[in-house]
Amino acid sequence: MTAALDRAATELLPAGPRLVAHDAAVFALREKRDAAGSAEPDFERLREYARAAKAHTLDHLDLYLERFEARATAAGAIVHWAEDAPALNRIVHALLAERGARQVVKSKSMLTEECGLNPYLESRGIEVVDTDLGERIVQLGHEPPSHIIMPAIHRTREDIGALFARELDVPAGETDPARLTEAARRHLRGHFLGADAAITGANFAVAETGTLVVVTNEGNADLGMSLPKLHIACLGLEKLVPGLADLAVFLRLLARSATGQPISVYTSLVTGPRPDSELHIVLVDNGRTRLLADEHHKRALGCIRCGACLNTCPVYRRAGGHAYGFAIPGPIGAVLAPALGRTAEQRRLPLASTLCGSCTAVCPVKIDLHEQLIAWRATDVPRGARERWLARLAARVLASPALYQLAGRAARVVWPVLSRRWPGNPAAAWLAARALPEHPGASFRARWRARRREGVQ
Amino acid sequence: MPEREAGGVKVALFIPCYVDQLAPEVGLATATVLERLGCTVSFDPRQTCCGQPFISTGARAEAVRLARAHAANFAHAEAVVCPSASCVATVRRRYAELLGAEPAAELAARTFELAEFIVSRLGTCDVGAHFPHRVALLESCHGLRELGLGQPTEQLGGDPSLLGVTERLLRGVAGLELRPIARRDECCGFGGAFSVGFPELSARIGRDRLRALAESGAEYATGTDASCLVHLDALRRREGFGPRAIHLAEILARRAPG
Repeated sequence: MTAALDRAATELLPAGPRLVAHDAAVFALREKRDAAGSAEPDFERLREYARAAKAHTLDHLDLYLERFEARATAAGAIVHWAEDAPALNRIVHALLAERGARQVVKSKSMLTEECGLNPYLESRGIEVVDTDLGERIVQLGHEPPSHIIMPAIHRTREDIGALFARELDVPAGETDPARLTEAARRHLRGHFLGADAAITGANFAVAETGTLVVVTNEGNADLGMSLPKLHIACLGLEKLVPGLADLAVFLRLLARSATGQPISVYTSLVTGPRPDSELHIVLVDNGRTRLLADEHHKRALGCIRCGACLNTCPVYRRAGGHAYGFAIPGPIGAVLAPALGRTAEQRRLPLASTLCGSCTAVCPVKIDLHEQLIAWRATDVPRGARERWLARLAARVLASPALYQLAGRAARVVWPVLSRRWPGNPAAAWLAARALPEHPGASFRARWRARRREGVQ
Repeated sequence: MPEREAGGVKVALFIPCYVDQLAPEVGLATATVLERLGCTVSFDPRQTCCGQPFISTGARAEAVRLARAHAANFAHAEAVVCPSASCVATVRRRYAELLGAEPAAELAARTFELAEFIVSRLGTCDVGAHFPHRVALLESCHGLRELGLGQPTEQLGGDPSLLGVTERLLRGVAGLELRPIARRDECCGFGGAFSVGFPELSARIGRDRLRALAESGAEYATGTDASCLVHLDALRRREGFGPRAIHLAEILARRAPG
């Protein structure tokens, strides 16, 4: 019954210094968020505004999507609609192929990870170079991002030094972050200059003005958008915000929640193409309208991908992002997986939470993440016949005080047996890391009866 | 603190199934403290389980069945008091979906976690307890984030000097030295069914908590949830280090000798 995530975590993020470093690095982001949020007196009011703005936008998404399309088109962009991942991949490939583009620079986009755009293009002879440093690290290592804003947070500087020594022009044994970054910068500069096209995501799309908003700390998206003649932006339908005034609120929340910065280093607003260039915007559904139709779960579409829920999540920090087996890990990934995921294991991700509620407490748009997880468990998580049978049996026992007492007595008898190793011991997995609690003696109710007989009080 | 006359608030004990079976001394200590504070305490043996394990594993039909039974058992109680924040959170935060908003709200208004009942309802932080030991508080996630027994560290903009009810009660215990711990409100990793389905991840989280508690120099770890404490103690006994677990009610029940 042990979940795949538990087994994968043991393998992908083994206990020891690597696990300690991962937990510490990710929790440091949570602490920076606390400090930045505390320094902003309006933080809680901003969260409430952002929640309401997202709720309003999602309630009227049809209107805002049409308005965005009209304004972006008027500004000279060409808007495409992709129903699902294959459609996005086809549209992007066609745009590149029609113009003979062979080399593409791409800035970080969780949507293209979700849709598998890179492998699709690469298998068709197009070279895609991710230009975000963390994203480039995982790309060179042939692995997916493990965090939605810190793609290589599972990697140590020693890992990266070894990787760069193999893949880039770096002497073996180099672990200095500044020198490694400089090597990546030189390597990427050549790709920027030779690129035929740039692919970016977008953090927000402003309906009022038809503007795309791209937020980075490295300026890689900006450089990519500024050099080649073709810019393709891929974004999920939920990225819409009504106007620039709303954008101001989201920008104040995004970087503070993500990294504890008051604002990211680069915030670029793109309205229409540059002169002599093309701007294509692909709006992607890929399961989002299904979520939108679900009254309870549509709130999850308000996510601005800041990563705060990952950073605070005790499970994510001990599992690492890869163990989730879904493009978006952590609490928000577990909330989106039943709607956007494909496999049964992905649909079981809502179980991967202690329900401590810290995710809900940090979310800048106040998505009730842990409540969403509870709700998915009741409706969409696949439960096996054995699980269902056990639940029915347990409920039948617990619904009868007499059966319940009998079960308690039986458990007391078998107690010593449970602590021993034997094939099929139902407590074996739990006891791998724990000792069985000491035998509790008589139950409370038995002692209460005795206490009453003895006339206490 | 003066002993109060019996006959005050009539309290119906809500003893969670796992306290009844695994930590009976927590239930007895709860009764002792409440009686010392003048409450008339009763226990209805028809109660079994509030249904939380079924809610958290998605067995909704079974959860409804147990929630109905629980509500019926406590239909006429003046105040329902429970030494488990998690089970109180089930009644207060999950029953609306299972029983309907009105019956759930009516029951929730009469259902209290022990610490909040003593501080908010009975209006005291001094229960006359004596416990001359170094103690660290293992915050309960459900107590903190679902019942608001204190202010979680993620919640910004509040007054950080405002103490939660649990901490206020501990500060009222004679001889007790409260030790701060790193990441004071990080989860212990138990999560009920989570620790069964994800035993290694649950243990990783729990071991980190155990380490923080050990580093605090505390002799005892206490909290409002016997479930978290049982989990932590199971890890402690395997790992061989860390403070012993003791429920808040057991500390509050201790008196000075003589």
